[in-house]
Amino acid sequence: MTRWLIGRTAQAAITFLVAAVLMFFLMRLTPGDPLARLMGDRPMTSEEVATLRGLYGLDQPLPSQFTRFVAGLAQGDLGTSIEYRTPVTTLIRQRLPASLLLGGTVLLLNFTLGVWLGALQAVRLGKPLDRWLSTISLAGFAVPSFWLGLILAWLVGIKWQLLPALGMIDPLLPASAGLGARSLDIARHLILPAFTLSVVSIAATMRYQRTAMIDALREPYVRTARAKGLSERRVIWRHAWRTSLFPVITLFGLWLPIVVTGSVFVEHVFNWPGLGSLTAKAISGRDYPVIMGASLLAASLVVGGGWLTDVAYAALDPRTRRAQ
Amino acid sequence: MLTLVGLVLIAIAAPMLLPDPLAQPDILQGVNQPPGAKHWFGTDQLSRDVLSRVVTGARISLTIAFLAVAVSVTLGAMVGLVAGYWGGWVDAVLMRIVDGALAIPRLFVLLLVVAAWESLPLLVFILLLGTTGWFGTSRLIRGEVLRLKQEPYVRAAEALGAHRIRIVLRHLLPNTAGPLLVAATLGVGNVVLLEAGLSFLGVGVRPPTPTWGGMILDSQEILFVAPWTSIFPGLAIVITVLAVNLFGDALREAVDPRHA
Amino acid sequence: MTAPVLEVRDLRIAFPTRTGDFARPVDGVSFILHRGETLALVGESGCGKTLTSLALLRLVPAPGRIEPGSRLDFEGRDIMGLDADELRAIRGKDIAMVFQDPMSSLNPVFTAGAQIIETIKAHESESTKAARDRALGLLREVGISDPELRIDQYPHEMSGGMRQRVMIAMALATEPGVLIADEPTTALDVTVQAQILEILDRLREIRGLAVLLITHDLGIVANRADRVAVMYAGRIVEEASTRTLFEAPSHPYTQGLLESVPRLTGPVQSLKPIPGTVPDPARWPAGCRFHPRCPKVMARCRAEDPSRLALADGHHMACWLAEETAR
Ligand SMILES: Nc1ncnc2c1ncn2[C@@H]1O[C@H](COP(=O)(O)OP(=O)(O)OP(=O)(O)O)[C@@H](O)[C@H]1O
Ligand SMILES: [Mg+2]
Repeated sequence: MTRWLIGRTAQAAITFLVAAVLMFFLMRLTPGDPLARLMGDRPMTSEEVATLRGLYGLDQPLPSQFTRFVAGLAQGDLGTSIEYRTPVTTLIRQRLPASLLLGGTVLLLNFTLGVWLGALQAVRLGKPLDRWLSTISLAGFAVPSFWLGLILAWLVGIKWQLLPALGMIDPLLPASAGLGARSLDIARHLILPAFTLSVVSIAATMRYQRTAMIDALREPYVRTARAKGLSERRVIWRHAWRTSLFPVITLFGLWLPIVVTGSVFVEHVFNWPGLGSLTAKAISGRDYPVIMGASLLAASLVVGGGWLTDVAYAALDPRTRRAQ
Repeated sequence: MLTLVGLVLIAIAAPMLLPDPLAQPDILQGVNQPPGAKHWFGTDQLSRDVLSRVVTGARISLTIAFLAVAVSVTLGAMVGLVAGYWGGWVDAVLMRIVDGALAIPRLFVLLLVVAAWESLPLLVFILLLGTTGWFGTSRLIRGEVLRLKQEPYVRAAEALGAHRIRIVLRHLLPNTAGPLLVAATLGVGNVVLLEAGLSFLGVGVRPPTPTWGGMILDSQEILFVAPWTSIFPGLAIVITVLAVNLFGDALREAVDPRHA
Repeated sequence: MTAPVLEVRDLRIAFPTRTGDFARPVDGVSFILHRGETLALVGESGCGKTLTSLALLRLVPAPGRIEPGSRLDFEGRDIMGLDADELRAIRGKDIAMVFQDPMSSLNPVFTAGAQIIETIKAHESESTKAARDRALGLLREVGISDPELRIDQYPHEMSGGMRQRVMIAMALATEPGVLIADEPTTALDVTVQAQILEILDRLREIRGLAVLLITHDLGIVANRADRVAVMYAGRIVEEASTRTLFEAPSHPYTQGLLESVPRLTGPVQSLKPIPGTVPDPARWPAGCRFHPRCPKVMARCRAEDPSRLALADGHHMACWLAEETAR
C-alpha cells in the first residue's frame, strides 16, 4: 500500500511537471510579444521596454527563461501580473474564496442531485422518466454556459427582478448588516451562477451514476439480496447503490478543476469575483502571468483530483483496502 | 440524426437560401427590430438580419468544427497507433506527455496560445483547435491497439513477417475506426462549444465574420432591448451540439454493444 | 416419501425477442419437491435450470416473465398470486437460494456477518446482537473455523469454498423449509465440492430441509440426490429415483448424458459427448426437441411432441420410445 502510494504520488508529480513544461513552451513558442499590449497602451521608450523585459526575464535566452520559470514555480512564485502589477499568487489567493464557494456549491449540487437522479434513471431504466432525464441532462450539456448565464441574468435578474444578477455582494448593503444578512445576500447572489454551472455540468454525473448503477443492478449479489427477501428499497439503495458509488468517486476528482475552469464563462458573465472572471479579464488584457497562473492552478487541480480519487478509491473500497 | 443532416444542409445551402449571406445592414427597417415578417429573427444593433447571420454562423462554426476535429482525430489516431503498437519507451514517453497535456484543461491550453495572436487567422485558429484536441483520442486508440495486438489475426500477420507499418495500416487502423468515429462525433460538439466560448471571450473568430459565440458577445450590450439577438444564436448552438451528441451516443451504442 | 412442499406445474417463462416473438427457455416444467428429500435438476448449460429456480421465487429477470397458466404452490399457497410483501416474506424465509458463483453472489462491500445479519433482521425482529450470535452459530454449523474472525471479513478475503459456506449459512439463517442450490459447487475445486455437498446433506438431514439441487454434473447426483429430473430444452424429459435413473436410464438424452460422464470404473474410451448443441430457445425444433441430436430418432419424433408417460411408479419420461416399451 505504501509503495503504491509513493508510486502514485510520483506519477502525479511527473504529470504536473510535464504539464508545466508544456505550458511554458506553449506560451513562448507562439508569435507575439507578451509586452505588446503594454506597449500598445502608451508609447514607451526603448529603455523602459528594456527594463520591463529585464523585469519579466524576457531578455534572456529561452533555456535560462525556462530555468527561471521552474525555479519560480518551485518557490511558489508565479510572476507578477502585468495588468495589476501584483504577484499572481496574491491575486489568486484573493480570488480563490469566491471561486471555492461557487465551485463547491456546484460540486455539492452535482453530487447530490446528480447522483440521485442518475441512480433513479437506472432504477427506471428505459421508462419515460429515464428517457426524459437523459434528454434534459444531455440538452444541458449542449448549452453554452455563458449564453445560459446571460439569458438567466436578463430574465431573472433584470426583467423579473427576482435575484441579483451581478457580483457576489450587494454594494448597497449597509455596513452595519449582520452576519445573517450578509450570508443571505451572498446566497442570493450565488443562486444564478451556481444554477447555470450545474445545468451545464450535471449531465456528466448523472450519466456516470446511471451507467454504474445499471451495472450494479445487474450484479448477481443484487439478485441474492432480492432472494433473501430484502425490501426493494434496501436492495436498490443499499446493495446496488452503495457499490455503484465507487466509480462515481472517480468523477469527483475529475470535477475538482471546475472550481477554476468550468467557471471562467459563468464567473465572467455574472461578474463573480473569483478566479474565472480574473482569467477572463486577463485574456482580454493579454495578462500572461495571470493566465499562466490560472492554468497552473487548473492543472494542479486536475492532477491533484486524480491523485485524490485514486487514494480515496483505494482507501474506501474494501477490495483494494485489504488486498494491499 | 435528421436534425444533424438538416443543419449541415442549411449550412451548405446558406448562400442560396439567403440573398445576403454577410447580412448587409437594412437601414430602412432600422436597428434592433424584433422578429417579424421581414426579419424572422429580428435585426441587431447594426440593423443586420439575425437569421442570415445565424445561418452563416452555422457555416463558419460547422466548418471550423469539422476541420479541427479532422486534424485532432488524425493526430490522435497516429499517436495512439504508434504508442500502442510500438510500446516500450516510445509508448512511455508519449503517454507521459499526453498525461501532462490532459492535465491542462483544453480551454486553458487554447487561451495560452490564442491570446498571443493580435488578429487570429481562421486557418490558424482551426489548427490550434485541432492540435489541442487529440490527447484523449490517442489514449483511447492506444487502448484499442493494446487489445487488438493480442488478437490472433494480428499475431498471425506478425508471424508471417508482415511489415510493421503494414500491420498498423491494414489491421489495426480499420479496427479502431468505430471508436475513432465516436470520438470524432463527440469531438465536433465539443469544438462547437469551445469555439463559441472563445469567440465570446473575443479571442476566437473576429468580427465581422459571424459566429454564434461572437454574435452572443456582440449582443451582450443590447440584451435588454433586443434579446433575440442573443437567444437565436444560443439556440443554434444548443440544437447543434445536442444533435451531434445524440448522434454520437447512438453511434457508440452501435459500435460498442456494451454501452447499449 | 412425505408431504410435498413445493409443487411446480407447467411452468413457462417467456422473453420477448427482437423480432417481436417470444423465446421460451422454460416451457412446461413440472415437478414436486417433498419434505426432507433432495431432488436433482440436471441438464446441459442453457437448458433453463437457473431460470426455473429463479421462477420459484418470482425472480425471473426482466423483460422475462412467467406466463399465465404456470402454477407454483408452496405448502398449498399459490406463489403466483402473492403480492410484493407476501413474496418478500417467503423469499429467504421459507425458500432460500444458494447461487452458482459465490464470488459475485455476495456483495463485495459488506462483511460476511453484515450480510447474514441483514437476512435475519429482514424476517425476524431480532436485536443486532442476537442476530450476530446466530450468525456466528451458523458459520460454525457450515464448518467455518474461527467464525469470530471470519464474520467481520469481506468476501474477497475468503477462499471460494469459504464464500460458498457463507452463502449457505446465509440461506439457512432463517430456517427455510426449501433450499434451492443452483450449481453450488461449479466454481469450486473437487475436494471443496465434496465438503460443500457434505454440509448440504447433513443440514438436510438435521433440519428436514427439502433441497432442489441444480447441476449439470451427474457425478454429484449419484451420491447426493434421492430423485433426479433431467431437463432438456426447457422441459423435464425424464424423472426417476436416482437408483433407477442410473441403472435404467430410458430417455436417449439421459443415456447420452450418462455416457458423457467420466467414471472411475470402466475404460476411458467410453466417454462420448452428445453430438450437437442445445437449440436456441427462440426456435425450438418441431416435434421432440431432442430429435436433431437423438441417436434413436424415428419419423414420428420429427413431427409430434412426445407427452410425459409413466414407465413405472415414479419413473416418467417424455419420449416416443416410452410407448414402445409400454407395449
Ligand atoms: N435475461 C435473459 N434474457 C433473455 N434470455 C435469457 C435470459 N436469461 C436466460 N435466458 C435464456 O434462457 C436459457 C436458459 O438459461 P439458464 O440460465 O436457465 O440456463 P442454465 O440451465 O442455468 O444454464 P447454466 O448451466 O449455464 O447455468 C438461456 O439459453 C438463455 O438463452
Ligand atoms: Mg445456471
